[in-house]
Amino acid sequence: MPQVSMTVNGKPATGDVEGRTLLVQFLRDTLHLTGTHVGCDTSQCGACLVHVDGEAIKACSIFALEVEGAEVTTIEGMANADGSLNTIQQAFQDHHGLQCGFCTPGMVMSAAALLKENPKPSETEIRDYLQGNICRCTGYHNIVKAILAASGQETAIAAE
Amino acid sequence: MPKDHGIGASTKRREDVRFLTGDGHYTDDINLHGQAYVHFLRSDVAHGRLVSVETEEAAKMPGVLRIFTGKDFEAVGSIPCGWLITSRDGQPMQEPPHPVLAQGKVRHVGDPIAAVVAETYEQARDAAEAIMVEIEDLPAVIDMKQALAEGATKVHDDLKDNLCYDWGFVEENREAVDKAIKEAHHVTTLELRNQRLVANPMEPRVAVGDYARHNDESTLYTTSQNPHVIRLLMGAFVLGIPEHKLRVAAPDVGGGFGSKIFHYAEEAFCTFAAKQLRRPVKWTSSRAEAFISDAQGRDHVTKIELALDKDNNFTALRTETYANMGAYLSTFSTSVPTWLHGTLMAGNYKTPLIYVNVKAVFTNTVPVDAYRGAGRPEATYQLERVIDKAARELGVDPLALRRQNFVTEFPYATPVAVEYDTGDYNATLDKLEEIADLKGFEARRKESEAKGKLRGLGVNCYIEACGIAPSNLVGQLGARAGLYESATVRVNATGGLVVMTGSHSHGQGHETTFPQVIADMIGIDANMVEIEHGDTANTPMGMGTYGSRSIAVGGSAMVRAAEKVIAKAKKIAAHMMEASEGDIELKDGQFTVAGTDKSLAWGDVTLAAYVPHNYPLEELEPGLEETAFYDPSNFTYPAGAYACEVEVDPETGKVTVERFAAADDFGNVINPMIVEGQVHGGIAQGVGQALLESCVYDETGQLLTGTYMDYAMPRAGDLPSYVVDHSCRTPCTHNPLGVKGCGEAGAIASPPTVVNAVIDALQSGGHKVDHIDMPVSPARVWQAMQ
Amino acid sequence: MYAFEFERPGSLDAAVKALQEEDAQALGGGQTLIPTLKQRLAMPSKLVSLKGIAELQGIAQEGDVLKVGGGSTHGAVARETKGIFAGLSLMASKIGDPAVRNRGTMGGSLANNDPAACYPAALMATRGTVVTNTREIAAEEYFQGLFTTALEEGEIITSIRFPLPEKSNYQKFEQPASRFPLVGVFVAKYGDRVGVGVTGASEDGVFAWKEAEEALAGNFAPEAVDDLWVSAEGMMSDLHGTAEYRAHLVKVMTKRAVAAAE
Repeated sequence: MPQVSMTVNGKPATGDVEGRTLLVQFLRDTLHLTGTHVGCDTSQCGACLVHVDGEAIKACSIFALEVEGAEVTTIEGMANADGSLNTIQQAFQDHHGLQCGFCTPGMVMSAAALLKENPKPSETEIRDYLQGNICRCTGYHNIVKAILAASGQETAIAAE
Repeated sequence: MPKDHGIGASTKRREDVRFLTGDGHYTDDINLHGQAYVHFLRSDVAHGRLVSVETEEAAKMPGVLRIFTGKDFEAVGSIPCGWLITSRDGQPMQEPPHPVLAQGKVRHVGDPIAAVVAETYEQARDAAEAIMVEIEDLPAVIDMKQALAEGATKVHDDLKDNLCYDWGFVEENREAVDKAIKEAHHVTTLELRNQRLVANPMEPRVAVGDYARHNDESTLYTTSQNPHVIRLLMGAFVLGIPEHKLRVAAPDVGGGFGSKIFHYAEEAFCTFAAKQLRRPVKWTSSRAEAFISDAQGRDHVTKIELALDKDNNFTALRTETYANMGAYLSTFSTSVPTWLHGTLMAGNYKTPLIYVNVKAVFTNTVPVDAYRGAGRPEATYQLERVIDKAARELGVDPLALRRQNFVTEFPYATPVAVEYDTGDYNATLDKLEEIADLKGFEARRKESEAKGKLRGLGVNCYIEACGIAPSNLVGQLGARAGLYESATVRVNATGGLVVMTGSHSHGQGHETTFPQVIADMIGIDANMVEIEHGDTANTPMGMGTYGSRSIAVGGSAMVRAAEKVIAKAKKIAAHMMEASEGDIELKDGQFTVAGTDKSLAWGDVTLAAYVPHNYPLEELEPGLEETAFYDPSNFTYPAGAYACEVEVDPETGKVTVERFAAADDFGNVINPMIVEGQVHGGIAQGVGQALLESCVYDETGQLLTGTYMDYAMPRAGDLPSYVVDHSCRTPCTHNPLGVKGCGEAGAIASPPTVVNAVIDALQSGGHKVDHIDMPVSPARVWQAMQ
Repeated sequence: MYAFEFERPGSLDAAVKALQEEDAQALGGGQTLIPTLKQRLAMPSKLVSLKGIAELQGIAQEGDVLKVGGGSTHGAVARETKGIFAGLSLMASKIGDPAVRNRGTMGGSLANNDPAACYPAALMATRGTVVTNTREIAAEEYFQGLFTTALEEGEIITSIRFPLPEKSNYQKFEQPASRFPLVGVFVAKYGDRVGVGVTGASEDGVFAWKEAEEALAGNFAPEAVDDLWVSAEGMMSDLHGTAEYRAHLVKVMTKRAVAAAE
């Protein structure tokens, strides 16, 4: 069985995988990082979104062996060093940007990727960027608000 | 000044921290030592006779532990239906068996034929492909009216026909309603479909069965909204395991929306197989599998007639509905089109005569059951669409027509068997006019027209019934379960509390809101209160979370248990302060004696309860722990008014929601932030139903919308921001918190709002379009304009 | 998924060699192939990842032609063609979602030739060229119907060459669920001609709407196609839209693309 090595949340991670092992399976089953979720089979829901070498990637649509040598960040690697919530995480809590929590890791990872690319996104840009992250609970309103807040902008969104 | 703690405060959710850091604990995160994996071989035809299922070769494949088929479940019970409906002719509904694995026939695409348990998931799947199944195809019964036609193929051979029941409500009103409609000044008629939906919680279902040989105890970890109900149904009716030998635990659950209420075959299978194999057995649904195995929602076809007198007063209402049950009766399927739908047909209006007829039909499709709102969205949609149409036909203002017919005096007994305890429908409509800026609509319409778009305004009201109860009444109506809720309040020696509730939280935030209530009652910090839920091993028998019942019923049980705790604590305090029990007051976490400066802290008394040295042992047991079961005396009746503005692109038919406002009366509100979040989510699902979502089968019963490539889930870009308000409050008169429930309102009220707006937009462009069935997709709108 | 071997060659030659094995299949970004494998609809013996091959990378203007490496992600195309080829940049920026755009590649998309993929419309409108490890294939020869192309077994798209237009635009009318185009129209205006590539609509896959091309060549304005219509015959019809609706949208999207071209 081939072996794969990568850096996950700053720590080296190595494991035996099959060719067909997806990154999300490696994270969940081998590394027990169960914060990355699987919500669909067609690369659409985004619950599995992680960062690979700083880019937003759906961990359900990339093989573990394709990530050889890469730097991976998952939701477990997002909090501040002291364990407190980072700015985005805190904004999600402050603005009630989550309910059941299942899509939340992907949402936070997606929001982080967006703000890296575009530190002051508009409401429309946020909604557009979240095309690949489906939430069934919140109706997105408070997620959009949380991301606006995390970017240091007014949270009074359009209709309010 | 908003409150910063206790009831009425927008306390941040304590559960968020674990979800935001990847520390949530969902069922799929559970992996037990020695665990095996099951893959279900499912039917790829909608209807057929199982000629043979040969597993011999497959069983020899690598890693296979055992292959189960329907034969293995012949001695096992049928998956039960929880509500018996009686037809108009007095006969009980036709109730076919629902085996764990198909026996004799397959009845929908996805019906499980065999289950392969293997060391790995892929091995189970490999072996499933090697099972030789011979199926003799039978004609699929998909369309409900065709299913009822003379000579139609029967979904269940042992039943008389495909009619589950023919329900009339209220049957005694039928002739009077017919007469009133015949003699009416004006009758508005509308035929419409409330399309089939798929609940699609983002977490697919998972079940892990385990068995402990040393004490003969089975455990099921499952994605459920009500673990006690699963324990009862599966233990008593399917597998024959007494409840003291069966534990059902639902840890963090990633959304339910109704679809995780029901007892499913996969749960029974994993529990059964774990005992047979002496190995934990795990099943994780893929999304594709969810589309053919999770109970689906809605799927009603209705003709509604509204009669009005010459002064535009509603005089009678008659509906005829065909309700799709799918191939088997899911747990609460039969109650949805009847008691959860017929009883709401009065809406917010004082229509004196109402008759509802519902024909429930078996088809070769996935079973249909409750989905967010369950029956009430169907009722609201019909009623609010027909009122809009009536207003147009009569040339009157749709809001004025509604106001004129509002129920204004409470309590109000409807002609459909329920009594509204309280409400103020003019107040919520007034509030809506303000927050939606209805006055500004015409100016916005002109702006849209200048851009070449048609703008429409849709407004409607709704009422729903939450916290379905009381048990003795629903028992008379056919329910095979009680509808109380339970709570145990355990006070620890040092004053902290644990509330063990039968309610289940899968996004609703109970871990935050329930402590807010206790904190207020005792006057302590909410962080001194912990909530336990979701595990039958450590919570009292409860009925779980659905029908917006958690705070109204579960919260009330908790209040009752806390009241008992406080009463006992006061007795202890009276003894300790040598005062009369009647003089003891509890405020801000301090017991005081009226008229004196004596006081004791909450913690002093709780400590005494467990270190009972200075304690009235002859009168009182030590300890401080109480349980209450609360059975409400009536439903609660949240109500309100919603408004939506849409733009229609006349060239493509595409509808965009530009503004959305909701004014709800939920009675008292524990945590406004969470209430608003519930409304947001409900609106998104309602707008999703109105514009995007639809579960479609072709005529052979193949599912055409089996992935997110064809089932349109609402995304952030499809939805607007919402203006929501819950400041109109008429507290519920019969529960201790005065609360009503808020989980379903958005999903109930929004679909007609959006469709009314689209029709208004088209009419404004000169298109004589009265109705478009949901989803109001670009293609349908364009077609309607041609 | 069925089991398979995974190989990540470092050069084009090594990839070509790896693909000679029976049932070996190339893996681009995997955004279509991986979901297909999950459904067990494909059974490759080996997947050959093209991600580590330098020859497939790079986006560069070469005179009046834009050359895009077959391994370029949609994200890279969107970023790097901005200001050079507005329509292509816009198109790439709207494919899938940000995470999909970080993986999916132009070569992968064109090799798959989904009838509702976006890039075929651009390639057809520009009459561009697909360059493989063995030859160059003109757009009109390349597309051969749904999921079918002129590519031979084991042939790898190394780059795509687009003649740079003066003006261009892409209008996508999304299928509500997949967000793929229900109809997508790419318009490219050159000095002497106009290209109109249509995706999502036809049962035969991408096509050039030649009547519109002629009309627009004479008058590059939305009104130029007012009197033209597309026949519904041969258009796809499904639960998201009838053939008539798709035919109608082709015209609407063409006019909008012309109006928005820059």
